[in-house]
Amino acid sequence: MPLGSGETLRLGEKLKPFRERVKELSGEDVGLCYQCGACSSGCPLTDEMDLLPSTVMRMVQLGVEEVLDSKTIWICSSCFTCQVRCPRGIDVANVMEALRQLVLRRKYDRVSIDLLPPEELRELPQIALVSCQRKLTG
Amino acid sequence: MSGEPKIGVWVCECGGNIGDYVDVQRVVEAIRPEVAYARRERYLCSKPSIENIKRTVQRLGLNRVVLACCTPKMHRETFASNLEEVGLNRALLEMVNIREQCSWVHKDDPEGATRKALDLIRGGIERARVSRPLEAKRAKSIPEVLIIGGGVAGITASLRLAEYGLRVHLVEKRPSIGGHMIQYPKVFPTLDCSQCILTPKMASVSNNPNIHLITYAEVVEVSGVPGEFHVKVRLKPRGVDPEKCIGCGTCSRVCPVEVPSEYNMGLGPRKAAYIPFPQAVPSVYTIDFEACTRCGKCVEACPRDAINLDDEERILELDVGAIILATGFELYDANDLPRYGYGRYPQVVTSLEMERILDVNGPTGGQLINPRTGKEFRRVAYILCAGSRDTENGKPYCSRVCCLYALKQAQLLLDRGVEVWIHYIDIRTPGRRYEEFYLETQRKGALFVKGKVVELIPEGDRIVVRGEDMMLNRMVENPVDLVVLCPPVIVTDETHKLAEMLRIPVDEDGFILERHPKLDPVATKRDGVFACGMVLGPKDIQTTTAEAEAAAMKAVNFLSAERLIEPNKAYLINPDLCDGCGECVEACPEAAISIADGKAVINEMLCSGCGACIPACPRGALDQQGLSEEQLKAQIRGILERSEAEVKILAFVEMEVAYTAVDLAGLARLEYPSSIRIIPLPSMSRLKLEHILYAFAHGADGVMLLEAPEHEGPYGKAHVISEERADDYRWELEDHGVDSFRLWYSRVYVPDWRKLKKVFTTFHDMIADEGPLDEEIRIQLREELD
Ligand SMILES: Cc1cc2nc3c(=O)[nH]c(=O)nc-3n(C[C@H](O)[C@H](O)[C@H](O)COP(=O)(O)OP(=O)(O)OC[C@H]3O[C@@H](n4cnc5c(N)ncnc54)[C@H](O)[C@@H]3O)c2cc1C
Ligand code: SF4
Ligand code: SF4
Ligand code: SF4
Repeated sequence: MPLGSGETLRLGEKLKPFRERVKELSGEDVGLCYQCGACSSGCPLTDEMDLLPSTVMRMVQLGVEEVLDSKTIWICSSCFTCQVRCPRGIDVANVMEALRQLVLRRKYDRVSIDLLPPEELRELPQIALVSCQRKLTG
Repeated sequence: MSGEPKIGVWVCECGGNIGDYVDVQRVVEAIRPEVAYARRERYLCSKPSIENIKRTVQRLGLNRVVLACCTPKMHRETFASNLEEVGLNRALLEMVNIREQCSWVHKDDPEGATRKALDLIRGGIERARVSRPLEAKRAKSIPEVLIIGGGVAGITASLRLAEYGLRVHLVEKRPSIGGHMIQYPKVFPTLDCSQCILTPKMASVSNNPNIHLITYAEVVEVSGVPGEFHVKVRLKPRGVDPEKCIGCGTCSRVCPVEVPSEYNMGLGPRKAAYIPFPQAVPSVYTIDFEACTRCGKCVEACPRDAINLDDEERILELDVGAIILATGFELYDANDLPRYGYGRYPQVVTSLEMERILDVNGPTGGQLINPRTGKEFRRVAYILCAGSRDTENGKPYCSRVCCLYALKQAQLLLDRGVEVWIHYIDIRTPGRRYEEFYLETQRKGALFVKGKVVELIPEGDRIVVRGEDMMLNRMVENPVDLVVLCPPVIVTDETHKLAEMLRIPVDEDGFILERHPKLDPVATKRDGVFACGMVLGPKDIQTTTAEAEAAAMKAVNFLSAERLIEPNKAYLINPDLCDGCGECVEACPEAAISIADGKAVINEMLCSGCGACIPACPRGALDQQGLSEEQLKAQIRGILERSEAEVKILAFVEMEVAYTAVDLAGLARLEYPSSIRIIPLPSMSRLKLEHILYAFAHGADGVMLLEAPEHEGPYGKAHVISEERADDYRWELEDHGVDSFRLWYSRVYVPDWRKLKKVFTTFHDMIADEGPLDEEIRIQLREELD
């Protein structure tokens, strides 16, 4: 199912395992989120995201697994602005990381640094490379 | 001592506040020949001056005093009480405001200010000449209080009053006190055991010698006046003699009839011979005669011979000084919210039913079983605002407790491993410890979905809640075992009948209307009648208790303070003229007048002194204490007759709100024309057409009526009636040859004082442009009026 789909979401027991899994991996209680939007409003990369961080949180809260297909979790640079600002004390970036972990554990390589042409490597910001490494080799 | 008037006049210079603009010496010289004594003072309110006034009153035997100085709101009380010490009745003291309403507002016009001060003082003198001494009567109060409703509100108020030492009659319609709170297993936000904290209080009520507990009863009639109410209470036939019953329950065990238990919201049975719950107070069984088949088994079984199946209702009469209404709430009937399927789908219950299901002593013994289906539930959805905050289906207001009790019930369920979903439109948790309670509920794992649910679809044993998740902007379907509706809290029709009996109004939502929603929140519009708890509006137990304490205090105050009946009442001055037509009865906003033996009778306790009835009487049979027809006319004449002002405008100003605004204009030194001369009145509805004509006859060129705002004035509807009257008067003025534009009517709000400059100037300019009223018309008016 595509992201942001209009299809009715069924909130049955099926959604529970995913919710629990993210909680386990991130150590964060996403249930505390009251959807204030602070994480999104502080995030420097929202223009590039397909889902706002607060929407990611909502999807995790409900247990909607399609959140794993979102670009957002990869665009997240782990700058931690969201987690400094969250009034409910949720470490949002940890949740992002947990989601990436879940994807990575599918063992699907997205970016290989070796294959990047040197010109492009020189252009890319270091922080992006570092986080790329961290995210994509876990 | 009123005798032949001997008047003393003091005119204050207020340092230079008055003296710099008003030629006080000239004023004093002018009036000296008209009175027994006249004197100028530098500071009238100073201690030596006051002593001097007192000595002079005694030395010369003065029996009227006129003080021309600042606004009476400032020092009237000081002067009046000092003069009382030398035997001058307060009704014989006349205050004339020549500072806020004269010197301060005519700084550029000392000549005009001086003339005006003289006129105003003459008004005071003429009025004082015809004043009569008046005594405030002491109101009688019976030191007993009736409390209607034995929920947490009524219980708290009863205990507090009994503690103070007053006798309390607590009337509860059900067989036991306790109200809704006794139905809850736990209470937010502390999750303490509701029955554990309430039961001891219920026991104290029954043990307290000052509390007369009357259960299974209802108030059927209230008459009398505040301080002395007469109340009739119907005692429903109970079938059991409370003196003999020892609460053993034998009757209930042998009774073969079962009916749904009210305590358990109909989810479980009780017998026709029953006690609603084990800790009931009083601990007395009741025979439900609507269900009883009169088989007689209980009569035989009762070891104490306490049962009488021929018991009949009785009427109990009580005399009390004050009444507290604490009849609480009920939930809006969920059957009237058809889209939620209550009554159609057995998986749908109300929040109150859920309270009972969660109770270990409830219909399922505390097991997580839907009593309607007998099936266990593992997933529960709450629907908040199920009819609240809805102008189309249900009630427009927020019920205020549902968010919180849903959180409470959710915690109790989550603690036992049930999955809980809360469908909401806003989660509202204002109040101490409430946001923390919400957070704790999230911690325990409740899931929240924002979006108003309006559709439920059955699906096998389950029911699917369909709504939007507004955060994801996606429709969701939530299959659950049980749906809990949170319908609006409402006040019952029964309470509305009581309100009618008590003559207290309810608001647009059906709750009892507070005397003032912010500044007097537990008093009703009627003296001696107070209210507390849910009956005043949705609220939690904490606020209910606080209100109950406050209402008790109000009742104590009301009964123990020496209540004076102000001598400002309307009365039948000429009984021979009254033919019992009832026009005054219609006009009185306080329902203080009745017709007995063909004559109007005014109840002094109820009369507020607004004066609205007096112009209504077609035969001129009514008058008012402290503001008699004679006084009013004398003052009008005094101000106008010998005035040397070029344009003369008489402004009648409502005494509390509008008068304060005029004083504020003075305080701010706004300048307006010195033609304006003010007479304060309780309300503009005190004025007859005759008074206005009288003013024109004696020299007025224009008359202004400055009324209080419709809802903020002290005399309620009187401030509304006056507007209609003024409209009529305008037409009638024309019939007497006076152009209707010469009568001005407007309302003045306190913060509007700035506008007064414009109001006064506009009217003055208009009258000045048109010129004075034709002298011939004045002569003609004088002939008509004499
Ligand atoms: C489902 C639910 C759960 C709640 N849980 C909580 C909670 O956990 N914590 C909290 O703080 N608040 C809670 N509340 C709110 C709480 O119930 C009220 O604040 C409280 O009950 C108000 O008390 P009261 O005495 O005004 O009214 P009530 O409790 O309604 O008592 C009114 C009493 O008057 C009697 N009566 C009614 N009409 C008459 C009549 N004509 N003559 C004589 N007697 C009459 C009734 O029988 C009753 O005994 C809850 C409310 C609901 C609906
Ligand atoms: S800042 Fe925290 S509470 Fe607010 S939306 Fe983001 S995760 Fe939720
Ligand atoms: S308290 Fe909550 S659920 Fe109840 S009406 Fe108000 S907002 Fe709706
Ligand atoms: S109309 Fe006003 S003055 Fe007359 S009886 Fe009623 S309350 Fe009293």
